[in-house]
Amino acid sequence: MFFEEAVSSGPQFFNLAPWIVFFPVIGLLFNMFFGGRILERSRAGEKIVGGIASLAAGLSFLVSVLLAISLNGHPEGMVVPLADWINIGDLNIRWAFQVDTLSVTMMLVVSGVGTLIHIYAIGYMHEDVRHNGDPSRFRRFFVFMNLFIAAMMILVSGDNYMMLFVGWEGVGLCSYLLIGFWYEKGKDGIGNALAAKKAMVTNRIGDFGFLLAAFTIFWTFGTFEFHTIFEKAPEIAATNPGALLFITICLLIGVTGKSAQLPLYVWLPDAMAGPTPVSALIHAATMVTAGVYLVARSAEIYVLVPTAQFWVTLVGSVTALFAATIAVGQFDIKKVLAYSTISQLGFMVAAVGMGAFVAGMFHLVTHAFFKALLFLSSGSVIQGMERGHHHVEHDPKLKKQLKGHAHDFDPQDMRNMGGLRERMKTTYWVYLIGAIALAGIPPLAGFWSKDEILADASKEFSWAYILLTLAAIFTAFYMTRQILMVFFGKARTLAAEHAEESPLIVTAPLMILAVLSFFGGLINLPFDGFHQFAHWLEHTLGEYAHAGEFILPVALLSTALALISVALGWWLYNARRYEEFWAIPAARRPDDPLRAYIGPIYEALKNKYWVDELYWAVFLNPYIDLSRFLADVIDWRFWHDWFHDKVIMGGYNLLTRLLAIRIDLGGIDAAANGLAVLTQRIADRLRQVQTGYVRNYALSIFVGVVIILGYLLLR
Amino acid sequence: MTPIQYYTALSAILFTIGALGVLTRRNAIIVFMSVELMLNSANLAFVAFARSFQSISGQVFVFFVMAVAAAEVAVGLALIVAIFRTKHNINIDQINSLRG
Repeated sequence: MFFEEAVSSGPQFFNLAPWIVFFPVIGLLFNMFFGGRILERSRAGEKIVGGIASLAAGLSFLVSVLLAISLNGHPEGMVVPLADWINIGDLNIRWAFQVDTLSVTMMLVVSGVGTLIHIYAIGYMHEDVRHNGDPSRFRRFFVFMNLFIAAMMILVSGDNYMMLFVGWEGVGLCSYLLIGFWYEKGKDGIGNALAAKKAMVTNRIGDFGFLLAAFTIFWTFGTFEFHTIFEKAPEIAATNPGALLFITICLLIGVTGKSAQLPLYVWLPDAMAGPTPVSALIHAATMVTAGVYLVARSAEIYVLVPTAQFWVTLVGSVTALFAATIAVGQFDIKKVLAYSTISQLGFMVAAVGMGAFVAGMFHLVTHAFFKALLFLSSGSVIQGMERGHHHVEHDPKLKKQLKGHAHDFDPQDMRNMGGLRERMKTTYWVYLIGAIALAGIPPLAGFWSKDEILADASKEFSWAYILLTLAAIFTAFYMTRQILMVFFGKARTLAAEHAEESPLIVTAPLMILAVLSFFGGLINLPFDGFHQFAHWLEHTLGEYAHAGEFILPVALLSTALALISVALGWWLYNARRYEEFWAIPAARRPDDPLRAYIGPIYEALKNKYWVDELYWAVFLNPYIDLSRFLADVIDWRFWHDWFHDKVIMGGYNLLTRLLAIRIDLGGIDAAANGLAVLTQRIADRLRQVQTGYVRNYALSIFVGVVIILGYLLLR
Repeated sequence: MTPIQYYTALSAILFTIGALGVLTRRNAIIVFMSVELMLNSANLAFVAFARSFQSISGQVFVFFVMAVAAAEVAVGLALIVAIFRTKHNINIDQINSLRG
């Protein structure tokens, strides 16, 4: 292509690019066809199945690393074509892998974090499938996980919007399948299935925006390929700015769906119905960041449309604050993290919206580390609680102390925890590291990336800066609250008292992620000479990749606010105080100490501002009413009962009756029968002539002859 | 030479007698004889005209008529014998098995 003249230095592995997709596909096919048999026959079956899936993801990571090494020598990257896909007239779409610094960053995150989560899942799912009573689903889980890696790789590596869309829909499908993994479980036996459906439907709304954008892109640019579009974009911006505005806003709708931003974020908290590794991989580290990647990928269009940039920033920063406040009022350990994820995605979206693409991608990477870590650790906590609960239930002495409600025990409710610091030491430490990283306290990864976003915002978008800083305050607060409620104080239930630490296969990935969360910031320190990540992305984003600067007041302020917020959290939820609070009899005790101070506001936070209820009232109920009206009145009563039964069937009956009785019986049959009757009557008459007497015949012949002769003679 | 009119008159008289015999008599044998009479009246007319017009055709035709008459008599008498055997009677007014 266009880099033949590039100075050749360092090894080149660009042609391996398709293998980032092939490896997971091979893994999933293998497990699909042989996994079941392996699970049945071998005692180490789960390790083999999980190992193969992890190996597939790991090989994908290896290829990503090789691509990254290649990019070191050839930073301009390469497009690796694989096959033609669609060739219709002007529409030429091919399968081609865009290997550049931006896509390889995503590949490394997806396959790297993905591999760790695969390994973790071997240990996690081993217990999860037994806890949920269907060990045969172990294989299905890993098939879906590999499918997800493959789809996500297609998403990040495509060199055109259509290939990106294939990945976009592929990860959506995997998300749906994995949220509904235990589809027969959940509230009323359909809770998980409903959550999966909600994710699917909400994402469809976003995908609708994406599709509109894609159609407009083809209409405007005549192609889907990134580099052609980006070359033409400035020209189009001059001649047809409306089209670009439409494209960017529609892409934003897609982003709000996939990356769980206002107003389409509602599916993500419900998506926590999936097994915890899924929450970590799909709903925290990778899939939900696809929207951020999309905006960063389309950077060269977005910088041409300031209106769209404004809207992206607005959506991101409002979501960041909105979700961070909700997280304060949650009791489910995973729900807190879910709202935290929405909030952090808001940071990233706001960053790429305001043109700080490096900061956004940087936060994406560090967030993938510490949020995956937090989710995986929460999974470890939940299984520790389940182990404790199991222990209590099978110990006759302890079981007596259990007050009857053994079955509605919720291992995810933080109020049931407490004191886990002693019981689960490794999990506690890694969780703490993740929480500090998320809270944005230096020198952990989260501080550097978040601070870069804040620094960029403080320069041009002061309103976004204020919103994001407020969100950061809440972030530090809810993480303090969570850490204190889960790990500090005394155990508040027997299950927590007997919680057990997870095995090494679960904790090892946690430790690796903890190290990454601790040192992840090193890839892009905001000091001269340390902007490796910015320089790395510069090869793809060009002038739009500006290295973040270190603005001391911003950094100091955000650190100070985070520390204050941690102190506030400590003051409200410290072990002594929370024990006093817990000692109040359950009937008089409010659900949270914070309620005493902000009462009704707390109610709003706890109920997520009633957004779900609002959506029910504004969209879903009218929609259901409309569907019911269409089904009952239009379809059933009008169409089926009236039109179909009365008009068509009745009319047809009438017509058949007319045809049968009047036309067939009355006309055709009557004619045929009448002919028969007539013939019969004539025959009866004629029979009289046939007397059988010879003399009669002779006479008639005689008379006949006389008449004929008479006629012949007399004529 | 006897004029042709005499012959035709005689032929007509014989034919009329035969026809009346066929129509009026009940005995099958008599009816048969009357039919023969009618045939022979026709023969007479043929022969008379053949001689009058000096044409051989009429005379030849007479031979055909005689041959057919002979065959008819053979079949007819056989039928009458067969009927007599079953009905012991040859009164044609009592034979109407072919009534329609």
